[in-house]
Amino acid sequence: MFISFFYYLRARGLKVSLDEWLSLIEALDKGLCKASLLEFYHLCRSILVKSETEYDKFDLAFAEFFKNIKTPEDIPDEIWEWLNSDIRTRDINDKVMFDSFVLELEELQKRLQERIAEQKERHDGGNYWIGTGGTSTMGNSGFNERGIRVGGDGRHKNAVQVAGERNFKDFRQDNILNIRQFQMALRKLRQFSSRLDGAKTELDIDATIDETCEHAGNLHIVWEKPRKNTVKLLLLFDSDGSMMPYSTLCNQLFQAVSKSNHFKDLKVYYFHNCIYEHLYTSPYCIRGEWIDTEWVLSNLSSEYKVIFIGDAAMAPSELMSRGGNCYVGLYNEMPGIEWLMRFKKKYPKHIWLNPIPESEWEYTYGYITIEKIKEIFPMFELTIDGLEAGIKKLLVSR
Amino acid sequence: MTKKMNLFRGSSDYVVSDELMHAVNVAIALQKPLLIKGEPGTGKTMLAESISQALNKRLIIWNIKSTTKAQEGLYVYDTVQRLYDSQFGEGNVADIKKYIKLGRLGEAFTADEQAVLLIDEIDKADLEFPNDLLWELDKMEFYINETKETVKTIHRPIVIITSNAEKELPDAFLRRCIFHYIEFPDQEKMEEIVKVHYGDVDNKLLKQAMEAFYGIRGMKEIQKKPSTSELLDWLQALMLSGISIDKIKKEIPYVGVLLKKNQDIDTMYEIKEKGYTLKRWI
Repeated sequence: MFISFFYYLRARGLKVSLDEWLSLIEALDKGLCKASLLEFYHLCRSILVKSETEYDKFDLAFAEFFKNIKTPEDIPDEIWEWLNSDIRTRDINDKVMFDSFVLELEELQKRLQERIAEQKERHDGGNYWIGTGGTSTMGNSGFNERGIRVGGDGRHKNAVQVAGERNFKDFRQDNILNIRQFQMALRKLRQFSSRLDGAKTELDIDATIDETCEHAGNLHIVWEKPRKNTVKLLLLFDSDGSMMPYSTLCNQLFQAVSKSNHFKDLKVYYFHNCIYEHLYTSPYCIRGEWIDTEWVLSNLSSEYKVIFIGDAAMAPSELMSRGGNCYVGLYNEMPGIEWLMRFKKKYPKHIWLNPIPESEWEYTYGYITIEKIKEIFPMFELTIDGLEAGIKKLLVSR
Repeated sequence: MTKKMNLFRGSSDYVVSDELMHAVNVAIALQKPLLIKGEPGTGKTMLAESISQALNKRLIIWNIKSTTKAQEGLYVYDTVQRLYDSQFGEGNVADIKKYIKLGRLGEAFTADEQAVLLIDEIDKADLEFPNDLLWELDKMEFYINETKETVKTIHRPIVIITSNAEKELPDAFLRRCIFHYIEFPDQEKMEEIVKVHYGDVDNKLLKQAMEAFYGIRGMKEIQKKPSTSELLDWLQALMLSGISIDKIKKEIPYVGVLLKKNQDIDTMYEIKEKGYTLKRWI
């Protein structure tokens, strides 16, 4: 019965491992959960769920699985009153049995209804009537392992209600790609060299031995510079317009890149559909907030590796003709494709990442320009696999 | 049960929610590290101090920086000192132990009595950092290559790990932890917190300011949401300036105290004015 909850959670997409499950069993054995569903809920959550983004999924699954275990609503006011005042305390009862009480729930609920009809007065500390501090199966602050909690304890929520509230909905990320995966892929984008500037902080053992020998055994310690990544990266994002549907995905890539501190230098610019005279400095592509593309081409040396991120889907004229810039009032003397060719010529290491799935490149809107751009730059889809393949391409020496 | 002695119930100057208290006790009982996540200013670091105070145990803090290596937490072998000592014939160079310096983790493992170990802001470190500590945190022991000794823990420390979620942590690491996310306090709780700091705050002003504050926090487009400490600063600014209460919600005076990015300020005013914004990027 209990193990089915484990499979239920897994079926709901929570990656609960056997280790964690065993920890939960251990916690129950140690009596960390006194027979209250709310505590059980918190216990499960702290052991089984490891990210606030999963809380919502867990809440949903929990509420669904235990949905029958709600404190019945239709309790007469009088009984509520007895329950909510003067709660007796007793030593901790470390006997916890959890797995069978769910089975008896229906029976318990039936009995509770009968008992409500029967009961005429307040009962605390007993073992039959609804009351507090007793061992009856009904009431609160009691010590029966299997029972229905009827209000009490100052908190008027039970676990299913808490779970049902779904307080963590906002944190939910349904997209499976997470920043960490992107970051791990970007890690591979490195070329080490110790020829960079920097303090000499590492002990060079071979040189120390040599030097010491040279000086007839007089100790001479030699330091060397640590090896550092030499990769410089130029990111060019297509933003706005047709890229809107992919903004979350691009955002994740952007965050992953900007949080990766292992690049020697990182420059990010934005463009709208295609590259013309200007590159925007913000993703909103606002006229005036830009720098000259010419400046980028002449100031960023050819050792920069260039990654374009864009759907490459546009009207053919935007790519091929003069004045193709789709922004009204901006006229480009040189067709977009010429600008792209200049980037290709200047930066030998270049790739294009396309958020449109590769299987659709041949027929989706903009397939003509996708085809053209694919001829200029090696194009990969914007997925983990695509990014990894692209990075390999950036690193090959040819 | 001797375990009962070790129950954490919060301390005098730190108010814990039931859930957090429960999570702490679960972590102590299961002897697993407790990973605490939450927005800045929700008292993650304070928790470890509070635990050490409440349970009367020594607190060992290991502050993680971007350059911190897992090895440093275990021990450092001072090669250079040893080489120099051998040169000048100082001390007993044959005694390698002398040149092994235990890190914070090593210290916590070898302490005479159970300690509370706080690994602060683990997400600041390199991506692989948590993975490098898996074995050590699991078994609470490590091997010193130079002396061929294994350092075993005598009393498993209570390990508290905090993270600001700057980097995502690896699954293998997460599986070994008890996890708790400290929620941002709701309005009621926040009022309590404010009252602890400014007992004499005007109720009307507080109400207006809180409404404005939670309104701003509710705007999804804002990147850097204001937190408790910003609210406290803002309240102080409002109180000192003696600005009229009606203006607070309408104009959001001293907005720079709440929002630290120009872009956020623009976005906030745009939403206030139009009720929506088109800025969706980053």
